[in-house]
Amino acid sequence: MERRNPGTDFRLDWFEGIQVNTPAAERRAASLTARRSLKKEWQVAWLLNAVRCIDLTTLSGDDTPDRVARLCAKARQPVDAGQLAALGVDHLTVGAVCVYPTMVAAAKRALAGTAVPVASVATGFPAGLMPLDLRLAEIRYALDQGADEIDIVISRALVLRGEWAALYDEICDMREACGHARMKAILATGELKTLGHVAKASHVAMQAGADFIKTSTGKEPVNATLPVSLVMLRAIRDYRDRTGFAVGFKPAGGLKTARDALNWQVLMAEELGRDWLRPELFRIGASSLLGDIERQISHHVTGRYAAAHRLAAG
Amino acid sequence: MPKVSEIMESMEYGPAPEDASAVRDWLRERGRFGHFIAGRFTRPGETFASRDPSTGEDLAQVTQGTARDVMKAVRAARRAQRGWGAMPGHDRARFLYAIARTIQKRERFLAVLETLDNGKPIRESRDIDVPLVVRHFYHHAGWAELAETEFPGHGPLGVCGQIIPWNFPLLMLAWKVAPALAAGNTVVLKPAEYTPLTALAFAEICAHVGLPAGVVNIVTGDGQTGAALVSAPVDKIAFTGSTEVGRGIARAVAGSGKRLTLELGGKSPFVVMEDADLDAAVEGVVEGVWFNQGEVCCAGSRILVAESVAARFEALLRARMDKLRLGAPLDKSTDVGAIIDPVQKDRILRILDRATAAGAELVGGAPGKGCFIAPGYLRNIAPANPGMIEEIFGPIATLSTFRTPDEAADLANNTRYGLAASVWSESAAVATDMAARIKAGVVWVNCANLFDAAAPFGGMRDSGYGREGGREGMLDYLAAPVAALRDPVPADIAPAEASEESAGIDRTVKLYIGGAQKRPDGGASYAAQDALIPLGNRKDIRNAVEAAGSVLAKWQGLGGHGRAQVLYFLAENLAQRRGEFAGFASPAEVDATIRRCFFYAGFADKYDGATVSAKPGHLCHVQPEPHGVMGLVAPTAAPLAGFMALVLPAIAMGNAVVAIPSQDRPMAALTLAQVLACSDVPGGVVNIVTGPRDALAAALAAHDGVSAIWHAGGNGPGQGEGLAEVQRAAAETLIPVWTPEPRDWTDAQAQGREFLRAASRSKSIWLPYGALPAGAGSAAY
Repeated sequence: MERRNPGTDFRLDWFEGIQVNTPAAERRAASLTARRSLKKEWQVAWLLNAVRCIDLTTLSGDDTPDRVARLCAKARQPVDAGQLAALGVDHLTVGAVCVYPTMVAAAKRALAGTAVPVASVATGFPAGLMPLDLRLAEIRYALDQGADEIDIVISRALVLRGEWAALYDEICDMREACGHARMKAILATGELKTLGHVAKASHVAMQAGADFIKTSTGKEPVNATLPVSLVMLRAIRDYRDRTGFAVGFKPAGGLKTARDALNWQVLMAEELGRDWLRPELFRIGASSLLGDIERQISHHVTGRYAAAHRLAAG
Repeated sequence: MPKVSEIMESMEYGPAPEDASAVRDWLRERGRFGHFIAGRFTRPGETFASRDPSTGEDLAQVTQGTARDVMKAVRAARRAQRGWGAMPGHDRARFLYAIARTIQKRERFLAVLETLDNGKPIRESRDIDVPLVVRHFYHHAGWAELAETEFPGHGPLGVCGQIIPWNFPLLMLAWKVAPALAAGNTVVLKPAEYTPLTALAFAEICAHVGLPAGVVNIVTGDGQTGAALVSAPVDKIAFTGSTEVGRGIARAVAGSGKRLTLELGGKSPFVVMEDADLDAAVEGVVEGVWFNQGEVCCAGSRILVAESVAARFEALLRARMDKLRLGAPLDKSTDVGAIIDPVQKDRILRILDRATAAGAELVGGAPGKGCFIAPGYLRNIAPANPGMIEEIFGPIATLSTFRTPDEAADLANNTRYGLAASVWSESAAVATDMAARIKAGVVWVNCANLFDAAAPFGGMRDSGYGREGGREGMLDYLAAPVAALRDPVPADIAPAEASEESAGIDRTVKLYIGGAQKRPDGGASYAAQDALIPLGNRKDIRNAVEAAGSVLAKWQGLGGHGRAQVLYFLAENLAQRRGEFAGFASPAEVDATIRRCFFYAGFADKYDGATVSAKPGHLCHVQPEPHGVMGLVAPTAAPLAGFMALVLPAIAMGNAVVAIPSQDRPMAALTLAQVLACSDVPGGVVNIVTGPRDALAAALAAHDGVSAIWHAGGNGPGQGEGLAEVQRAAAETLIPVWTPEPRDWTDAQAQGREFLRAASRSKSIWLPYGALPAGAGSAAY
């Protein structure tokens, strides 16, 4: 296990002068994925790696313990065992399962005996518009239920109002409440709108000790995009260059296809390097993505495209 | 092949070759290529190989074009031109549209062929070259359709000889062929000897769409074939390539009456201000100079970065450089492909050797096996280092620093070239100021190497003249006929005898330089119009150019409205003092000149730029900018109206001029000097040097401080020797020479947009905008 980001004192000077040119970020994001191509075995390997990094997620109002158990079964065996054997890969699970706090206990039960961690959203997910003490209490509740990781949401208002120090303080409190559990800070980039906000909020979250920074709740009108991810990765790079600590990245909500999975991994490899292709530093928050990846892998192994009903439901 | 589980550990990319079998089948099937003349492929003659630079493999044998082949092609083009030029624009539009569509349908084939022949990465030929080719033909299908309404009274030039380089073979073909055809010209095109194959594939497309025979002719060959085309009886030569070859072409066409446009080399500045998005700027370097192996005339190869951010910028640049993948051009994950030829690779390496010997430090840039050179940059490099001065035309930038914006502009302009520039700043005030200060035909703000058919492209100084793309590009393939007259050849200079006795007090006329009456440097006079006229020489020209240069900032700073006021006041004073011109210029000339002052005063704030529809999300502004110091050679006839027909549009646009009046009848212009002096025309804006026209004009053409020359002395038999001399001198300085045909200089056809256009050159300024990422919605200009 790598050394965990301890955070720093609040350092406004690390990010207040940051400049992000939006059209340039978009150009880079667009050309980057056209600059790399993965074929055959390499494509399969990168897709399987994406599976390793998935935080398999259900965050619906109609979640039930049994529904969560079914998802966890998929998390244990995300790709058909026969196909994995055909590829010479002997063991594969997703990166984590991600649920609401009240579903953590069910997930822990379902994943007993595996190394798959359970992540819980908390802090008034998805809007975060609850009193701070209740948000902190929710973290503690999720931990009591057995959560290994906590996905917190930040106060968008503090970003939009430029109250960076207040944002820092809040996230520090959350990190403290998380204790040993890894903390992923959801920026809700679709509501921050500008890439400048995204970059600055990324820095504040890392300074406050986030283990991962995460794009979205999945509930915003626009979720993970490549340009937003690019800006967050550059913030991670800058933070590493200043402190030596590697912070992870989790895009969520925008990745639906195998192609997306490859594109985001290329982005990670090109902007941060291959260390960021491991689940320790890269997670993909997704629910439907896995199905499309399974289809591609099935095609590679069998030579035919599988209909959804032939793949195990999650 | 590694196992999947192994790749999951290494997370390597693996090979991703593009399939080239269709192209290889085509090459096999076609065998040896002849030329494409009069709609058919000729039988192959003596041939040479076109190679894949990444492997050295022979791809095809193509024919070395002889002077006879060229003549045959020119005759075919001449025969076809009448019908093609007379065809309704709509019909020409249909052909251009058909070409665009067919290229689109064969885009993968053409991309693969281009990559094989040129060595550029398939990503670039697929995502950049071929889409731009398609865009170019669509755009010009539009101009063909609209030519009659948008360019009323204009017609084609005739047959155009076009010579293109090897760095963007099919794209440069499109830039040349599309506007020429849209305007009703026919063409003989010579592709570069290294890269003839996509042009030959294009010939097949022309045949396929039924383009009338002879409208497009393609003759392959080396520089000798090009030289034959330059000297063939064509009406225009359009060349893209090196400055050295361009200069030779300018020399060869001097005195021939052929029109000429040149798009030559560059050493374009890439300016990173302290408030730039540094990551964006680093990526701009990738797109600017590590694109197409750096074999890009407009490569942003001179990186200038603000000292305060230089260390961080370089760290980011180095990290990014290390991520670039050098390798097989057909691999879809290759960023940097093969240099075009071993000769070119050696040339690059030699420049690097000299640069490091002169004290620069090379980071990266290692030569690989075969035609490969890794991307790199030269640091610790002085302005006089050969690596800083010479166009490397390889994947090597220079990196140096500046302290303040004015220093950035000075360093940016400290070059013999003037093709393009890239400026990085998040401040609109700073970026637009830099865009205005930098001398270049294209300025990219917060971007690099963006191209579009609607955005004129071309340079100044040693980067050449003429524009390709948009309305400006079309006008370089069109002409507006005038009722041409013959301008009298000046009489021989008669040495002045001892001054004659005159009745009253002597009237002494002098040169008018820097707003003051000056005695000629040689202290001599000649006789004309019963007076002693100062006999100017090249030192007077030098002084006049200096005076003009020093007033430019003030004159341009007045703006259109300010210059208009000066021109109105000039008209007022001319009207007051019309009597003084009696005997020197007819009343009709004086009246015409007064009206013309009003005319150009009116235009001074109305000959505008335009925002063109290049790409959505990009403000692409095309603005006319004054050349700077212009040399004007007035006609012999109409000594006032002819003189001012040149001076007024030039100064209205913000130029300062050195004008050579009618050699035989200089008194009108010399009288005018006094009117100028009392009309608030700042000293130096108009300088008047009398004397031997041809010698003075040649002196102007040999002065690097002069940015454009107009010669109105005519081009006809017996008239043109002086002009030829000027054009030969201007071939060395690469000053554009415009030769308005002699005409009735009091008439309306001696004024207008044609003159204003010639008095300016366009600058295309690109500014991508967007506060929010795509999907968040943004307005379009």
